[in-house]
Parts: sequence; structure tokens; C-alpha cells
Amino acid sequence: MEELANIFIKSIFIDNMVFAYFLGMCSYLAISKTVRTSVGMGAAVIFVLGITIPFNYLLEKWVLKEGALVWISDDFLNIDLSFLSFIMFIAVIASMVQLVEMVIEKFSPTLYSSLGIFLPLIAVNCAILGGSLFMQERDYSTIIEATVFGLGSGVGWFLAIVGIAAIREKIRYSNVPPALRGLGITYIITGLMGIAFMSFMGIKL
Amino acid sequence: MSKDSLFSKKNRKLLSDPLDDNNPITVQVLGICSALAITVQLKPAVVMALSVLVVLSVANVVVSLMRKMIPSRIRIIVFLVVIAALVILVDQVLKAFVYDVSKELSVFVGLIITNCIICGRLEAFAMANPPGKAFLDGLGNSFGYGIILIIVAFFRELLGAGTLYGYPVLEKLGLYNLGYENNGMMILPPMALVTVGVLIWWQRSRNEKLIENN
Repeated sequence: MEELANIFIKSIFIDNMVFAYFLGMCSYLAISKTVRTSVGMGAAVIFVLGITIPFNYLLEKWVLKEGALVWISDDFLNIDLSFLSFIMFIAVIASMVQLVEMVIEKFSPTLYSSLGIFLPLIAVNCAILGGSLFMQERDYSTIIEATVFGLGSGVGWFLAIVGIAAIREKIRYSNVPPALRGLGITYIITGLMGIAFMSFMGIKL
Repeated sequence: MSKDSLFSKKNRKLLSDPLDDNNPITVQVLGICSALAITVQLKPAVVMALSVLVVLSVANVVVSLMRKMIPSRIRIIVFLVVIAALVILVDQVLKAFVYDVSKELSVFVGLIITNCIICGRLEAFAMANPPGKAFLDGLGNSFGYGIILIIVAFFRELLGAGTLYGYPVLEKLGLYNLGYENNGMMILPPMALVTVGVLIWWQRSRNEKLIENN
């Protein structure tokens, strides 16, 4: 239990997707103009990460890893399919996203229209694929750990995008130098938020 | 390719536009994740720029050849399959020839798949244009991307570690004897964001039509 809490906290604050690895920056910058849409986007990312990471974990464990196919027959002991992992992971992610898109379109048309073209772009959101690749690299021992890592990363991404959206809503009323307006100032604020998040690095878990 | 020659004005524009007016990173806001994460040193940045160059121009041509056959509802999945296949090739080549750099890039080679610059160009350009133009567009955009990567990596490596492409420039210049210290902050992730922010500031103050309203 303690171990799971550690992974959760760590993936939210210390290994934050946005501030430590810059994953999912494109949608992070493009959708963070208002808090409302960014909450929707953040929730969608948590949801997709929470589903795809356990899925990909199973795929990694039973199909892709070296010797993973041994459950079929002993002859497969030396087969290493991990070079296929990119394409398998992205296939899982793309189909999951298509599913989420259909569900949202059905149950919440307002959210659907406000997320607009960005919903299909979750499929190409690096945070999602990055989550799966980090899961593979860090070699979590159980599926529960992997799921908790996925949810934690999603929550971290959610916090980041809601935070920047709130700041951007306020900054509209201040006098930013013209050339820095919009994209430029958002980058610099994100940098400052990243510095703030670095203070979590000292936490020993 | 259509009737106009390879170096007609229109085609040259395809190549040169992404370098400044329509730069993928600073104007179109595509492909930022990797641009920030691997710019601590010049070497990985150059390798990354080259990998993106290969993947983007080949993917553009392939998708452009298939553009009339791809049903629009599943186009994203088709894009991803094309890109993922190319990235696997690039990844295997990197592992075979420059293993240390490939280790340093870690998950970011894989993340070329989800690099929005590639999907974005496929969606916006290759789906609507013939292969020759799509190839030029791919080249132009990856140069625009590479230039930003190299500029950011140049400053971060020079100021953060005092080296360029691994060569200790500042040490040779003897700056350390004058009491100069490396700015360790430049190596940390947040400074990549600030560096790109300043770059955008500089570009927009030079080129005023890019300025946004709020």
C-alpha cells in the first residue's frame, strides 16, 4: 500500500509529465486558454492514461518482453519482440482514444464541441505514449503499480494544465510586451512553474 | 510533381517559409515536447533533428501517395502506423550505429511517433498535396524544427556546461581562470522553456505580423 502511494505521489509531483519531461506540451499550450476546456482535456488525459497503461502493461508482459511468449510454448523462450512495442502501444492508444471520443460525443456534446479537434489529438499526445514507454522502461512489477503510475501521471498533467489555464485567464488583464503575448509568455510562465515544481525533488519517498 | 519546376518560386517558398514565418515550433506550436527535452546538449539535438528529417519527409511522401485511398475517419490510425513503422527503422539504425546517443535520447526516439509536427504536417499538407510538394514541405518543416533545436541546444550547452558538441570551448578560452562559473540552471528542464520563450520574443519583435492579440 505504501509503495503504491509512493508511486502515485512521485508521478504527480516529482516526475511530473509536463514540468520534468515536457510531455504533452503541444495540447498543453494549445488548449490552456480557458480553465473550462482545460479541465475537460485534463480529465480526458487522466482517463486515457488510466486505461491504456494497464493495457499496454499486459501487452508488454505477455507478448513483447524477451521470453514473454513462453506461456504458449517453451520454444519461444528466446523471442524478443520489444522492437515492436512502439507500434503495438500506439495501436492500443489510438483505438482507445477513438472509443473515448465516441463516448464523449454521445454523453456530453458540449464538452465534445469545446474540445473540438483536440480530442483525436490525444492519440498523438506525447504524454499518453510517453506514459507507456516510461512504464516499459521502469519495469513496474505488478499491473496495479502500473495503473497507479498511469493515474498519477494523468493527475500531474491535469494539475499542470489547469494551473496554466488559470494563470493565462488572469494574465489577459495585464500589460505584457506585445511580442511576448500569447505563446512567449506562456512558455516563460511554464518555466517558472517548473522551477516551483522542482522544489518537490527534495522529497524522499 | 506538377508542371512547375523543382525550384519554382512556390516550391522555394515551401522550403523557406517554415524557417521563419511559419516555423513549426515557434509559430505553429508543433513538436515542442522533444524540442525541449533533448536540447541539453548539441549532439542529441542534431541526431534528433536528423531523425525527424528522415521520418517527416518519408512519411509525407508515403501519406501523400496514399491520400486518395485513406478514409477520413480512420486517417489518424493510418498516419500512426506509417509513422511508427518509420520510427522503428530509425530507432534500430540509431541503436546500431550511435548507441550512446540513442541511450541518451531514451524514450524520445519513440516519441517521434507522437511528435505533433509529423501528424500535423500529414494532416494539414500531405493529405491535400502531391508527393513532390509534400516532400519539400517535409524537408522545410524539419529544417525549421532543427534550427530551433540547434539554437536552443547551443545556448543551453554553452552556458550550462561550457562545452559545444562535447568540446570544452570555455575551458580553452581560459574563462574559468577569470572566475567564470557554469550556470547549472541552464541544464535543468525549466530553462529550456524560458530559452524558447525568449527566442519567440526575439522572433516576434523582429517580425511584427506574428504578434498575437492577447
